[in-house]
Amino acid sequence: MNTDLWFSLRLSLQVAFAATVLIVLFGVAAGYLLARKNFRGKELIDILFTLPLVLPPTVTGYYLIILFGRNGWIGKVLYTWTGWSIMFTWYAAVLASFVVALPLMIRTTRAAIESIDPHLIQASFTLGHSELETAWKVILPLARRGLLAGTVLSFARAMGEFGATLMVAGNIPGKTNTLPLTIYTLAGSGEWSQAQIAVLLLTLASAFFLFWANRTARKAF
Amino acid sequence: MGLSLRLFKKVDGFTLEVEWAIDEELAVLFGFSGAGKSMTLQMIAGLMTPDRGRIILGEEVLFDNQTGINLSPQDRSIGYVFQDLALFPHMTVWGNIAYGLRGPTRKAMAVKVKEMIEIFHLEGLEKKKPAAISGGQQQRVALARALIRQPRLLLLDEPFSALDSPLRAEMQDYLKTIKQDFKIPVILVTHDLSEAYSLADCLIIYSQGRISQVGSPREVWTNPIIREAKRVYRLSAEALSPERVKTD
Repeated sequence: MNTDLWFSLRLSLQVAFAATVLIVLFGVAAGYLLARKNFRGKELIDILFTLPLVLPPTVTGYYLIILFGRNGWIGKVLYTWTGWSIMFTWYAAVLASFVVALPLMIRTTRAAIESIDPHLIQASFTLGHSELETAWKVILPLARRGLLAGTVLSFARAMGEFGATLMVAGNIPGKTNTLPLTIYTLAGSGEWSQAQIAVLLLTLASAFFLFWANRTARKAF
Repeated sequence: MGLSLRLFKKVDGFTLEVEWAIDEELAVLFGFSGAGKSMTLQMIAGLMTPDRGRIILGEEVLFDNQTGINLSPQDRSIGYVFQDLALFPHMTVWGNIAYGLRGPTRKAMAVKVKEMIEIFHLEGLEKKKPAAISGGQQQRVALARALIRQPRLLLLDEPFSALDSPLRAEMQDYLKTIKQDFKIPVILVTHDLSEAYSLADCLIIYSQGRISQVGSPREVWTNPIIREAKRVYRLSAEALSPERVKTD
C-alpha cells in the first residue's frame, strides 16, 4: 500500500470522526425534539432532515454549493467577513458527510426515544424532575442503545460518503481525496491492484461497523 | 387536608364530567374500563390538562381554568403509582427509591432511603434491578418511590391488578399501613369489587365519564353499577366484606 492510500485512509477517518462528533451533538438534540415536542412545521423539518437519505448525494452536494459556495447564501457572508471559503477544503468534506449521514442519527434517536414507555417519563415528572433532568437521567440512558447504533451507522455512512463530497470538496490529491474518491481515481486510471486494496479496506471497515451497530442495538439491559 | 375537584374534558368522542371531594381517607374510584377513572388521576397529577374545572388539594389550588392556574406535575407533590409501575429499568431498587428525593446531603438521603426500604421490607434487594425482583417486590418499590418525597396525596392506578390473590392481600395490608403512617388522602382506581370493598372508606362510582354515586361502601351497595359488578363477578355480600355492607 503506497503513501497516497495511507493519506486517503487517514483523511477519511478524520473526516468521518469530525462529522460524527457534530452529528451526535446535533442529531441527538434534533431527534429528541422531534420525539418529545409538538410544534408547527415539525413534520416538515423531519422531511427536510431526512431528504439527504434518499436524494442522490450529488443533489445534496448541489444544495450545499448553493448554500456554502463562495456566492452561496451563507458562503458569501462568510467570505465577505473572513475572506475564507469552506469549498474544496477538508472541512467541506466534513460538511458533506455531516449532512448526508445526519438523517441516520436523527431517525434512530427519534425512534429510540419514542419507544420508551411514556409512563416512565411521567413518573419522573411526578417525582419532581424537570424535562431536562428527566432527559439526562431517564430518557437518554434508556435510549442509549439506539443512540450508539445511530452513531456507529452515521460514522460508517460518513466514511463512505462520495457524491456530495466530490461536489463541495473536490478530489484534490493530498488535500481532499478521501478513500472513496481515491478509489474512483485509481479505477479511472487503471491502477487496479491499489484500488482493490482500498475497496477491501472500506468493505471490511463498513461491515465491521454494521456488525457493531446491530449488536449494540440488540443488547438488552 | 382533603381533595376536591371539578373536571370537564373531551377527548376522541369521550366526555368526562365529574365533581367530587374527599377527606384524608382512602377513596376508591370504581367503575368498568373506559369510565374515565385513570383519566381523572392523570388530571389530578397534572399529566393531562382538563378543558375546564378546578382541583384543590388542602388549601392549594392545583388547577383552575378561570384564574389560569395550572401547576406542573413537578410542583404538585403527588405520589403516583402507575398500573405498569413504571420502575426505571436501568436503575437499581435503591436508585429507583432515591430518585424522587432531593436531600441536603447524600447522608441525609441515604437515611431516608433506608427508612423506606425497612417500611416496605426490601432489605437485601438494594442493588438489584427491577427486572431481577418479584412482582410483589416491584409493587413495594413503586410504593416506596412514590412515598419517599412525603407527597400530599397518593394516587394508585390499578397497581395490584397483575398480582395473584395472596400478594394482593399483602399489598392491601400495606395500603392500610400507608393510610395510618403517612396520613394523606389515597385514591385507588380499581375495577375489582372485592378490592374496592375491603379497602375503601369512600367509594366514587364512575359510569361513562360521569359520577353515578359517592358514598361509603354500605351506602353504594344498591347502586346499579355495583349490582352489575356483583353479577359479573358472581359475588355475594358475604364474599365481600359482610360488616361493611350490612344494612342495620
